[in-house]
Amino acid sequence: MQLFLESLFNGVAIGSVLLVAALGLAIVFGLMGVINLAHGELMMLGAYSTYITQLIFKQVSFLKPFYDSYVIVAIGIAFLVSGTVGILLERTVIRRLYGSPLETLLATWGVSLILQQFVRSVPLAYASGLVVALFFGLFSPLFISDDLLSGAKGRLIRACTWGFSSLLGVATGGILSSLVSKLSRASARNVDVTAPSWMRGGIDFVGITFPKTRLLIILITVVSVLVVIFFLDKTAWGMRIRAVTQNRPMSDCLGISTETVDIITFGIGSGLAGVAGVAVSLLGSVGPNVGGNYIVGCFMVVVLGGVGNLLGTILASFSIGIMTDLIGAGRLLTIWPDMPSPLASTIDFFATTSMARVMIFALIVIFLQFRPTGMFPQKGRMVES
Amino acid sequence: MSIFSTKKSWINLTIWVLIIALIIAAPALLPVFRLNLLGRYLSLAIVALGVDLIWGFTGMLSLGQGIFFALGGYCAAMFLQLNSSGQFPNGIPEFFGLYGVEKLPFFWEPFKSSIFTLISIWLLPAIIAGLLGYLVFRNRIKGVYFSILTQAALLVFFNFFNGQQKLINGTNGLKTDVTQLFGQMVGSEIMQRWFFWISAILVIFAWFFARWIVRDRFGNILIGIRDDEARVRFTGYNPVIFKTIIFSIAGGLAGISGALYTVQSGIVSPQFMTVPFSIEMVVWVAVGGRGTLLGAILGAVLINYAKSLVSEALPASWMFIQGGLFILVVTALPEGVLGWIRKGGLKKLLFLIGINRKLETYPSLEVNEEGEVKP
Repeated sequence: MQLFLESLFNGVAIGSVLLVAALGLAIVFGLMGVINLAHGELMMLGAYSTYITQLIFKQVSFLKPFYDSYVIVAIGIAFLVSGTVGILLERTVIRRLYGSPLETLLATWGVSLILQQFVRSVPLAYASGLVVALFFGLFSPLFISDDLLSGAKGRLIRACTWGFSSLLGVATGGILSSLVSKLSRASARNVDVTAPSWMRGGIDFVGITFPKTRLLIILITVVSVLVVIFFLDKTAWGMRIRAVTQNRPMSDCLGISTETVDIITFGIGSGLAGVAGVAVSLLGSVGPNVGGNYIVGCFMVVVLGGVGNLLGTILASFSIGIMTDLIGAGRLLTIWPDMPSPLASTIDFFATTSMARVMIFALIVIFLQFRPTGMFPQKGRMVES
Repeated sequence: MSIFSTKKSWINLTIWVLIIALIIAAPALLPVFRLNLLGRYLSLAIVALGVDLIWGFTGMLSLGQGIFFALGGYCAAMFLQLNSSGQFPNGIPEFFGLYGVEKLPFFWEPFKSSIFTLISIWLLPAIIAGLLGYLVFRNRIKGVYFSILTQAALLVFFNFFNGQQKLINGTNGLKTDVTQLFGQMVGSEIMQRWFFWISAILVIFAWFFARWIVRDRFGNILIGIRDDEARVRFTGYNPVIFKTIIFSIAGGLAGISGALYTVQSGIVSPQFMTVPFSIEMVVWVAVGGRGTLLGAILGAVLINYAKSLVSEALPASWMFIQGGLFILVVTALPEGVLGWIRKGGLKKLLFLIGINRKLETYPSLEVNEEGEVKP
């Protein structure tokens, strides 16, 4: 029983990291048909945001008393940072490529290279300044009434908002780099996020220790999933997103601004990548390549679960997580000690993290032989899906 | 009408003359270090041809060509190591000793034979590609799902090869430059010159081979699959067979390419199976021009050359340039440079900057020598 619980917990912990990382991808891929290979790098931005938030809480005197709660703040900041970069990406690149997923795949890979090199060669303080400038530049027109934004006057006002945002960005960069010396130099080295004191250690329950960071990640995942489901099912914009997913031209005809829907969908998907980045930063050190480790796993989750189906994504990530733990830690041998020796030696052969991946991939390919469109395929009567 | 009367053939002829002149002149002009680099890039052009066959002509974007590339490399490297390890304990390559392996694993046994190795360099990747392809195509998995699966397969092979120290020396890979072939060190200058010539000749052979594949009915079916697979199926052809064949051909080409690259770079390691490398292959083709075989060769050689030059001068900037290139090619030049030129891109550019103002009003009419319109 104890063994079973421990195994289940580990599986769920691995699965929840996968799930929170794959959630944004599932939204972008399932609802928009865009393959976002830069998703891992958006996660990386989220992880770096956590790091920067932590440093700010440590250095700025009036924030110091609240140091322990920086993780909560970091989630919000990471969502905004990755969301902003995602919206910029959508506006500049992906908008031109709707309807051709393979092209989005290549272009977003290019974006991911640029982002990786960007965090290596630009000091983090100025990188944050740039994000701040982008954030205000992109979003401030939303708070100005449409009458002001039209015509020649509108262009002037837009230019003014961008100018103001740039100033704000430069100011942020300058303040950050003078406050926190670690952020003022570019560095390709990995950085570490230290968990606040209340997150260290574990909770003992029926003789098993549950690490608190893992529990927090599971909590983040659950909340993210619930929020996404609520947003898609209950809000007006969620309904519009679903409508555009089902039938884009018809939604357009009925007066839904598909362009806005695209921006919102991509922004939320990217923002969720940022939230995943916070979770990832709690697990290990943060570097420019941190996202790359997750991206393929995320895509496997989406493919296995069936595209455009959140339930499938949830089930797929937990089953992959549990399988990874079962195979990778060699738990099958402990559960069933006297299994026949050829089987036992095979399982022993696969009992490392990397070999478990090999095994899981083989299992997924076998599964796809029977259910080529994943656990929960999209229903329809089209020749081409 | 001679075959060189069309514009496309003129462009092709010019490029071919340039390529052959370059290949003949290179050994005399370049220092051996540069020559070796050029030889490597020529061998990479072979894998690019394979990518072009499956992506440019058949419409399947494989992000896993690194698997087959590395397999070819491992075959060649193991052959070289096996045949120059007489002085090591047990007569097996040195690295086995580090992990306490005393007997050669059985599957490496046949690689002592040169003929077996020469065949397995392309046949083994081709078979694995065929198997993998068949399992995927049979279920009508295509488009992005195919790409994702190949990428996942790549990662799996990477993990597998990375983790198996006792069989293939894991992360460290197999070195070839200190092994011997025909009584010469593989890393020596004279051998590297030979490998350059072999690569150059094989690129040309591979081009003829690929051209032979795509110019006939078989090629038409491939293009049909790219443009509308369902219609091909309804016409009575089974796309699965054609896709499997072309995928396994591309795998074989990747194997040859990997073997040549390995002997010229001096090592094969799981690094050949990393995700970025396989995507780079796609970009060579995308930049050169997908669906144009020559474009694949040009893209592979030129981009890699640019990469080495830029990385020597400004190491940090190559990632930006490469990323920008991806975005630029996909958004602005979807047919690649060669496709763009063939569609009259140069003329358009000249027109835009005001040099060439001549307009072709009836491009479809052909004019004979006297300037009269042919009936």
